[in-house]
Amino acid sequence: MILLWLIVILMAGGLLAWLSKKWHPVLPRWISLFAVLLDFVLVFYIWLTVPAATLGASPWLLRLHIPWIPQWGVNFILALDGLSLLMLLLTFFLGLLAVLVSWREIQTKSGFFHFNLLWVLAGITGVFLTLDMFLFYFFWEVMLIPMYFLIGIWGHENRNYAAYKFFIFTQASGLLMLLAILAFYFIHGSQTGTYTFNYFELLNTPLAMGTGRLLMFGFLAAFLVKLPAVPFHSWLPDAHSQAPTAGSIILAGLLLKTGAYGLLRFVLPFFPDAAVEFAPWAMLLGVVGILYGAILAYSQTDLKRLAAYTSVSHMGFVLLGVFAFNELALQGVVMQMLAHGLSTGALFIVAGLLYERLHTRDMNVMGGFWSKAPKLGVFAMVFVMASLGLPGLGNFIAEFLTLVGAWQANKWLTVFATIGLVLATAYSLRIMQKVFFEPAPAEHLLPDLNPREMLIAVPMVVVILWLGLYPQPVLDTAQPSIQAQLQAYKMPPAVEKSVSTVAALQTEKPDNVYHQILIRIEK
Amino acid sequence: MSQNDFLHLMPLLILIFAVLIIMLVISAWRNHKIIYVITAVSFVAAFLSLFDIRAAAPYQIEPLLVIDGFGVFYIGLILATALLISMLSYAYFEQREEQKEEYYILLILSTLGACTLVISTHFASLFLGLEVLSVALYALISYLRTRERSDEAGIKYLILAAFSSAFLLFGMALVYFSTGSMTFQGIAVAMAAFEELPLLLLTGFGLMIIGIGFKLSLVPFHMWTPDVYEGAPAPVSAFIATVSKGGMLGLLIRFFMEVDGFRYPTLMLIFTIVAIASMFAGNLLALFQNNVKRILAYSSISHLGYLMVAFLAGNQMGVEAVTFYLVAYFVTTVGAFGTVAMLSGKERDAELLIDYRGLLWRRPWAATVLTAMLLSLAGIPLTAGFVGKFYILAAGVNTQLWLLVVVLAINSAIGLYYYIKIVAVMFQQTEEGMEPRQRLRPSIYLASVGTLAVLLFLLIGIGIYPAYLLNIITTMLNSFHTLSLQ
Repeated sequence: MILLWLIVILMAGGLLAWLSKKWHPVLPRWISLFAVLLDFVLVFYIWLTVPAATLGASPWLLRLHIPWIPQWGVNFILALDGLSLLMLLLTFFLGLLAVLVSWREIQTKSGFFHFNLLWVLAGITGVFLTLDMFLFYFFWEVMLIPMYFLIGIWGHENRNYAAYKFFIFTQASGLLMLLAILAFYFIHGSQTGTYTFNYFELLNTPLAMGTGRLLMFGFLAAFLVKLPAVPFHSWLPDAHSQAPTAGSIILAGLLLKTGAYGLLRFVLPFFPDAAVEFAPWAMLLGVVGILYGAILAYSQTDLKRLAAYTSVSHMGFVLLGVFAFNELALQGVVMQMLAHGLSTGALFIVAGLLYERLHTRDMNVMGGFWSKAPKLGVFAMVFVMASLGLPGLGNFIAEFLTLVGAWQANKWLTVFATIGLVLATAYSLRIMQKVFFEPAPAEHLLPDLNPREMLIAVPMVVVILWLGLYPQPVLDTAQPSIQAQLQAYKMPPAVEKSVSTVAALQTEKPDNVYHQILIRIEK
Repeated sequence: MSQNDFLHLMPLLILIFAVLIIMLVISAWRNHKIIYVITAVSFVAAFLSLFDIRAAAPYQIEPLLVIDGFGVFYIGLILATALLISMLSYAYFEQREEQKEEYYILLILSTLGACTLVISTHFASLFLGLEVLSVALYALISYLRTRERSDEAGIKYLILAAFSSAFLLFGMALVYFSTGSMTFQGIAVAMAAFEELPLLLLTGFGLMIIGIGFKLSLVPFHMWTPDVYEGAPAPVSAFIATVSKGGMLGLLIRFFMEVDGFRYPTLMLIFTIVAIASMFAGNLLALFQNNVKRILAYSSISHLGYLMVAFLAGNQMGVEAVTFYLVAYFVTTVGAFGTVAMLSGKERDAELLIDYRGLLWRRPWAATVLTAMLLSLAGIPLTAGFVGKFYILAAGVNTQLWLLVVVLAINSAIGLYYYIKIVAVMFQQTEEGMEPRQRLRPSIYLASVGTLAVLLFLLIGIGIYPAYLLNIITTMLNSFHTLSLQ
């Protein structure tokens, strides 16, 4: 039930924030801050109370199951495992920052703004929690509309174009996923006689190779566009650079993660054969994304566009890791999702803070800010270093794990991916050089961070350091879930060796698995 | 006719009596409010009388009509929509100078025609219903005759509708010639005997499809749609988009299910082409419009294309999907045109995109309602349109109409662009100061705002919890005359 509350609090908070504008112009901000904080505390409480290391047992920590549209086999299923838990922690952490960041920035229609903000978060929360395919698609779409409004109403000069592009790209790719979901639903139904969108029941549907491939491409369409993988990335720089700061944080920090999450949660377990077949291409796309994003990032003069292209580059690592099919790489992917959420979010905050003060995002007119605003400089420095993968910060752990995992899968592609790290150094140092150290081309008045902004900056620095220095709790939390996602791949060769996997499987569906094992032993 | 027959025709009879009473009242005393109250009461009474006759088994009135669950549901849908439209019309016409009272006679008559269509099982009753519907519409479309484009729209509809009726008649004649029967059942029996469709029968069907396609404004018979929608008063546009098309679609489903037209590849091919053409033409042409009514007109063409996808599935799930989508589409379309009607001034309708600039800041509630309606047309979750589109896609995937389903998905993405265009216009900041809010008389205000609130509630209610509506539809379709035959 607590899972449902997470969503309800955000949605109700959003409506309340919208209405409360009438009573007092400041109320919406406090309401949305309070709502997100409440959710954050709830999730944090779950994390502390439910021991993460439930190895060997079912990875699911909490479940909720309510019939919704029984005629179609649609249920309101929410379930939480380590992966969702981490994603939710990130969601509400960045959500809090987004509210704080927009405290002063948003002056017009603040009620409607906070409504949209909270509803995006609600949609994202739903995506990370739901395990009913209909409901998943539902939330997948629900988060788009408020995001569209955030970009379209409070964005920068070219906002309408960016908002259109974002919306049409994501919606069109989502429709392909819907077709795949429906086809999957009918295939499962015709095989077993029960028509259901339940993830757990769909999980072991045997698929013919060709069918599996087609269905997987339907899902991939949605997730690769959202991620974004390179040929489908063109919406991202526009959307990121035009969105208000809070919107950019949510886009880069959370929305992109829904694509990665979808790959982990749905593509890998649903289509083991097709995914293995597609893996080299996916890893290639990932590497192309890493290099392409980094090169384009280096050539940008608009600070927000630069940060947007670094996202393309960093999410390339996610794609690389997901299709390496081993635990190390997937641990890296999870770490990358968290660390990238923080580091890119922070870069957008820096860009937003500078924009608030200078009213420009053009790096050519910036310079020499280190002496004027040292606190801002340090904050930027930490995250620029994180972005280039300096050891001791979260991104290093993520990229290291991913590369080690990918090495086992494909050596040459990993080599090229590593070159991306060098390019990352280049563009990251360029940010520091251009904005903070180079002599200024023009004089600007630049006040340093105020207490509210420090309240944003300090926790981010602490968290990224913590991720870099002591990532073990995070890895432990993600562990059971990652193993569950990989089960489909490990099963055939490792059936006799890994007793724990078999035990885990037996608790799920004893007869079936036992039967399969017997058949294999007989062979 | 027995007493039972009369009982089962009660909804239609109530409408007929309402027309007679209104005529009498008008001749004695012209009063808009009283006429309106009679209209509303008669719609409500007709709707309530449906609860008496929703029998488990189909009730036949040989040979013309059959009252089954399908028919009752469609009549109910048509009556409810007509009631909502009449509410909007009241607010709309109260602001205008013309003689308003006869409007309601025409509105009730064309509703009556649509209701007859969905329960007819004979060419005679079909044609009767169609003409009652169309003839009343001619006058409705050009009702505000002082308007610039009103005559044009009326005459256009008159001529083309007359043409299409002629095609339909000729088609019926050929079908009658080949099968020797004018009842749907008789035709079905005769057709079952043929190995292949004889050419004359096929020609007959082809001509009938022209007539039907015209009413449904499917491509290539859609030319009249944007002009008529633009020229007609906003509530009438809503009426054409919903009631008139819904009636025809109900008839088409009944006829096709009865003769099992899905067996014939030629007919399927024709409908597939028509469906694809409608989706593409509707959506692509809508992209170039700057007039909200024309955008809605083109979008209605594409929506009929979507409906054809579920129709072509040709099984119970398809019929359910069509019915469900129709409900969602009715709610949405009436809501969208209702907002247009509410924002319209004395001289002209609020139809240009410029009229909507900054609406979100000037009249937030109207803008919210219109946004919700547009998002529903685009098929975005939390609205009825999403569930409807999902159902249609499901029906298409179920019968593996991959081509149609993929075309539908592509078109949804295209359609998104122009719906979003209107939404984007609404939240543009306007430079000039806030326009003073028009204060209408409370009764008018209540009629239009109340109606829109009901529609918004339905839209989101169906979108969030569709199980209830689904249940009603499946139970009603259980006594679908032709389904129970198979």
